[in-house]
Amino acid sequence: MANPMKIRAANKDGVTEVKVLISHEMETGQRKDAAGALVPAWFITELTAKHNDKLVLSSEFGPSVSKNPYLAFRFKGGAKGDKIIVSWKDNKGDSRTDEAAIG
Amino acid sequence: MNNQRRNVLKAGSGAALMSVLAAAGIITPGMALADWNKTAFDAKSMADTLKALGAGAPADSKDVQVTGPDIAENGAVVPVGVSSTLPNITMVAILVEKNPNALAATFVLPEGTEANVQTRIKMGQTSNIYALVKSDGKFFMATKEIKVTLGGCGG
Repeated sequence: MANPMKIRAANKDGVTEVKVLISHEMETGQRKDAAGALVPAWFITELTAKHNDKLVLSSEFGPSVSKNPYLAFRFKGGAKGDKIIVSWKDNKGDSRTDEAAIG
Repeated sequence: MNNQRRNVLKAGSGAALMSVLAAAGIITPGMALADWNKTAFDAKSMADTLKALGAGAPADSKDVQVTGPDIAENGAVVPVGVSSTLPNITMVAILVEKNPNALAATFVLPEGTEANVQTRIKMGQTSNIYALVKSDGKFFMATKEIKVTLGGCGG
């Protein structure tokens, strides 16, 4: 099971900025190991972010997103204490959901 | 006499077969993710990717901004951002022209979410980065060249 995500969300002038740092290998499937064997692709394919129950971002990643992906986005609304819930799913079927409160 | 064998053969059809195939690794869980736009992410060239995203030939727009370094020392971690002042943006995509698969990521923005996303991507070599946005149902694009001194996709 993957490590927890780091989520920071801050509201300023009615706009909430969310920053997410995910712990994931994001293996491209192009790299070879020391023995010359291809390292199989392993990367996050889908990511969604919700503000309380409302979807604020849905994203699809390819293998060319960096290892330990970082993502920042902004949406209108949100108040201090509201929940931001981020979930991802990878191509091996693993998934993770973490939440944070808007600070 | 040989009833058990019969039953196994019967069970081998339909749903049971699927689970056997899945267990054998023939159908990987990745393929089961129907939502993920495999065609777009598997497309090699820019043109194929744009086609798979349904973008056709997007118009260049000054109202779309791609941010990123002029020179990236490490191609494995290149910070890029896309922002735009166009109205009603529903989708943002980041493409790298010379990567093995051009498409890096797509973002679907529901109403209320601003067209302003930042992430980090890998680049195999010096290349143009394209930001594609869908505004009022039309596609617009902007580009920026990022020079890479050390590739991010090597072995």
